[in-house]
Amino acid sequence: MANIISDETIAYVGVLAQLELSEEEREQARSDMSRMLAYIDKMGELDTTGVEPMSHVFPVQNVFREDVVTNEDMREQILLNAPEERDGMFVAPRTFE
Amino acid sequence: MSKQYETVIGLEVHVELATKTKIFCGCSTAFGAAPNTQTCPVCTGMPGSLPVLNRQVLEYAIAVGLATNCDITRYAKFDRKNYFYPDNPQNYQISQLYLPICRNGGVEIETEEGGRKMVGIHEIHMEEDAGKLLHDAWEDCSLVDYNRSGVPLIEIVSEPDMRSAEEVIAYLEKLRLLIQYLGASDCKLQEGSMRADVNLSVRKAGTEQFGTRTEMKNLNSFKAISRAIAGETERQIDLIESGEKVVQETRRWDDVKGESYAMRSKEDAQDYRYFPDPDLTPVVVSDEMLQKIRAAQPEFRNEKMRRYREEFRLPDYDIEIITESRHMADLFEAATAICGQPKKVSNWLMGETLRLMKEKETDAQDLCFSPEHLAKLIRLTDEKVITGAVAKEVFEVMFAENVDPERYVEEKGLKSVNDEGALQKTVAEVIAANPQSVEDYRNGKEKAIGFLVGQTMKAMKGKADPAAVNRILKEACRK
Amino acid sequence: MGIADMTAVELSAAVRAGQITAVQAVEEILTCIEERDALYNCYVTVDREGALAQAKEVQAKIEAGHLTGPLAGVPVAVKDNLCTKGLRTTCASRMLGNFVPTYTAEAVTNLRKAGAVILGKTNMDEFAMGSTTETSAYGVTRNPWNREHVPGGSSGGSAAAVAAGECICALGSDTGGSIRQPAAFCGTVGMKPTYGTVSRYGLIAYGSSLDQIGPLTKDVRDCAAVLEAIASHDVKDSTSLQRQDTDFMSALTEDVQGMRIGIPDDYLGEGLDEDVRAAVLKAAEELAGRGAVVERFDLSLVEYAIPAYYTIAAAEASSNLERFDGIKYGYRTGNDAGLHSMYRKSRAEGFGEEVKRRIMLGSFVLSSGYYDAYYLKALQVKALIKKAFDEAFAKYDVILGPVAPTTAPKLGESLADPLKMYLGDIYTIAVNLAGLPGISLPCGKDRKGLPIGLQLIGDCFQEKKLIRAAYTYERSRGPFGTAGGAGHGTAADERAQADAGSFRTSGEGQVSQCGMLWQGGKSGRPVSEQSTEGTDRTNRTGGIPS
Repeated sequence: MANIISDETIAYVGVLAQLELSEEEREQARSDMSRMLAYIDKMGELDTTGVEPMSHVFPVQNVFREDVVTNEDMREQILLNAPEERDGMFVAPRTFE
Repeated sequence: MSKQYETVIGLEVHVELATKTKIFCGCSTAFGAAPNTQTCPVCTGMPGSLPVLNRQVLEYAIAVGLATNCDITRYAKFDRKNYFYPDNPQNYQISQLYLPICRNGGVEIETEEGGRKMVGIHEIHMEEDAGKLLHDAWEDCSLVDYNRSGVPLIEIVSEPDMRSAEEVIAYLEKLRLLIQYLGASDCKLQEGSMRADVNLSVRKAGTEQFGTRTEMKNLNSFKAISRAIAGETERQIDLIESGEKVVQETRRWDDVKGESYAMRSKEDAQDYRYFPDPDLTPVVVSDEMLQKIRAAQPEFRNEKMRRYREEFRLPDYDIEIITESRHMADLFEAATAICGQPKKVSNWLMGETLRLMKEKETDAQDLCFSPEHLAKLIRLTDEKVITGAVAKEVFEVMFAENVDPERYVEEKGLKSVNDEGALQKTVAEVIAANPQSVEDYRNGKEKAIGFLVGQTMKAMKGKADPAAVNRILKEACRK
Repeated sequence: MGIADMTAVELSAAVRAGQITAVQAVEEILTCIEERDALYNCYVTVDREGALAQAKEVQAKIEAGHLTGPLAGVPVAVKDNLCTKGLRTTCASRMLGNFVPTYTAEAVTNLRKAGAVILGKTNMDEFAMGSTTETSAYGVTRNPWNREHVPGGSSGGSAAAVAAGECICALGSDTGGSIRQPAAFCGTVGMKPTYGTVSRYGLIAYGSSLDQIGPLTKDVRDCAAVLEAIASHDVKDSTSLQRQDTDFMSALTEDVQGMRIGIPDDYLGEGLDEDVRAAVLKAAEELAGRGAVVERFDLSLVEYAIPAYYTIAAAEASSNLERFDGIKYGYRTGNDAGLHSMYRKSRAEGFGEEVKRRIMLGSFVLSSGYYDAYYLKALQVKALIKKAFDEAFAKYDVILGPVAPTTAPKLGESLADPLKMYLGDIYTIAVNLAGLPGISLPCGKDRKGLPIGLQLIGDCFQEKKLIRAAYTYERSRGPFGTAGGAGHGTAADERAQADAGSFRTSGEGQVSQCGMLWQGGKSGRPVSEQSTEGTDRTNRTGGIPS
């Protein structure tokens, strides 16, 4: 399955992960990922038919909070680390064409 | 031309739940606060923060599922939907893909022809809302407000069972009514607490296979939905007729221009990489929990209408209007319970209330006067403490600011004048000022007395009992 | 005995007895940091003023009788992926170079409630991704036993700080061995508790379903004390467990009579260094000699743990790290052309190579068409691994094995081949997949004098069994020695040595105020640091008499 890592795949994953990769980095990523996946493919040797995928190790369930307001205005703190702020809001590059 | 085609429509309806706090943190959901004043590390995606599910969100979602005849998923989970956008602080939205809370339901709607039709509900899932983006035209940037980020939503995904805009509206009205009755949301399209995305395709009449569908967003009113459906149907038919293909895409409706455009971005791959959120535990719905929610389900409209007919013997028209809103129905029942006069309560609702709602553009859910005050107003009129004219005047103030009618009448001195002496005096003045009318009456013109009563009432500022005025006037004229 | 050589339990006892004040203790350790950290680079941030202020507060509370526990007045270090209100938290990444949290991780809050004083934030592999502490954006941390070697990772700064006497004990986080492995490489004790025992609130997530916070300490007793302090049910963390049995210090008894200990054959197989193997088996013998029943068995599936782990951890990491986008906090490129360009450049410039590698892998295994083959498959493998452990724990109380196949590698050796580095996690990773507790403690040194770690793994919630076995072994083992060389044993060693009826010889050369040897010692630590550090450490510390 490791052969699936084409240049297009790396470019596509770069878009998903929102990472800009140089030509060099792309080549490196392709080789790293191919090796890694070739290794990961080892899992394929195991017969997992009928095995329920386990996302949580312990059967902890139904953890809720009650519908009660506990937070006060903490805008100042929330904006404390913002690279750019205006009028109590975060500034992002224009999202609308 | 379009007669040869059939439009196939499915809806994705987002409903904002009426909880006090957000889905995964203790921030308020109140509307209209200053930007980012209702945010915390959780709903702004700060590193190290973790979500904890609001129990009320689950209970509302299950209640809506039960009301729409869904199967409730006994082992449900939350998944992450990964995509980058500034209104999405974690750059993933916590939603449900693999095990949504409700599945396989449906609601019955009335069709144009007066028939009945089932619209299937594929699933209902819980998720978090995104923040709001403001576009700064001058600075060429966007500003982000996370007050709405994390506000709980349910998404109700229908089957592609609708065939016309009318059916779509009927389905939405039905959902809105059910959800409002549950108190799970106020479902206001204009304010965005109910949002509908329209999935639409066309196919040659009589064919089985679905055409390629598009998804239409930004539909803020029933009118916009109708127009968008008409516009998109036409656009797709035009494409097919001219030998082109419909592209599966998301389109944004511009209601001002009356057209839609594709929301494509080359920089976005539509691959959400859903996987179970490791920060949240599974939701296991027990028989007990289900029983409790089922027991708390309200009386829905159909049952209510039946009961009103039997219990209150109101005209069908009154029942129809009153039960169109849970709040109005609650007002009616509570006021009736106090004063015991269903028809009089209904008259106030059907008459003055509807008139003022129209005039002030008020939604039935937002009526602010209390049933206690309405019942009191009816009693004041019955006991002739105030006249009908004064009652209307007082009601208008109640409608605006829920004043106590008794106190208001007292403060403003609006009590009826039943003092015979004062009446006699005013009548004498009116007779003296209108000799012609008195003459006319004496000459047999019965109508003239009406004018004189009006003049007297006016002089008494509406506070006199019209019957008494009539009697005294007639006596005086005969003198 | 210098303060820096004391254990937490000893130091707090001295503070509570009025022999030392909390402020003196903190001042002393701050001096040690000042003297030594240029050698090892354990810290990303040292909070001198904050620590002294906390110490004053703690001292007042101790005097008022409000703080009576074994951590009162103890200076501790915290891994830099645990949020600390008002104190920069970087995850050793350029991405968070300026990030100052407005909230504190629950585990840190619990430590402070127990009277511990937070000295600062320790270095780590960037976002905890790595096994050597070389992927940090703030320089590599060096192993106090030999500066040419790595301290392990990702909690390498915490482990090295404990070993170097730059703190009394520390917190780390363990996603695939990140506490146990650096503890082993630095000759300290490290423990990863059962998943859910310590709240993850405020821990900057790497692999959420695997991450757990735990102690790095000088001995097993401190380990139990710190774990007891940080374990709590936290309503802010949905995966946090409600446990009644967190009085871990009660398990500090020398008793393994009849304890069933299993050694997986797979843990002694190919790739295991001979010295490590010998030391681990000797430790097993030691425990057998104290009455434990030791057996070899076949755990199976060990070779599938790494592929499953890297699939799950990378997938979760790819999603967890999406929030770093240059809008709300953290690094933002100064050179963007629009939204997506800003995202991509900020992330490309803000993240290091290893982080990007794992984000790419994680995004791929979750992407359309591969989810079932990779991610779902990994969750199935995880289920099978958990089952294999369940079966093992039906037969054994504790599983024993090495922590890592080798002792600490040389700087730069591991980064060249990421896959090889991943393979080094083979003995620790399965524990995270199954949510189990595991402890690492020193059990010998290799021919180069580098520490070897012994790993004990328990069934979920069986930390007490681990502590009991580890404590018994530690007492039986005797003094281990410290990074400072033969003459500078820790208090624990002194105790153990006294018990063993022998006395150590006093050290040679100059000794600093902290009781640490700076010149002429017998350790492998080079004396001439100037060439690498550019500053004359020897001069700086040499003048202070002990």
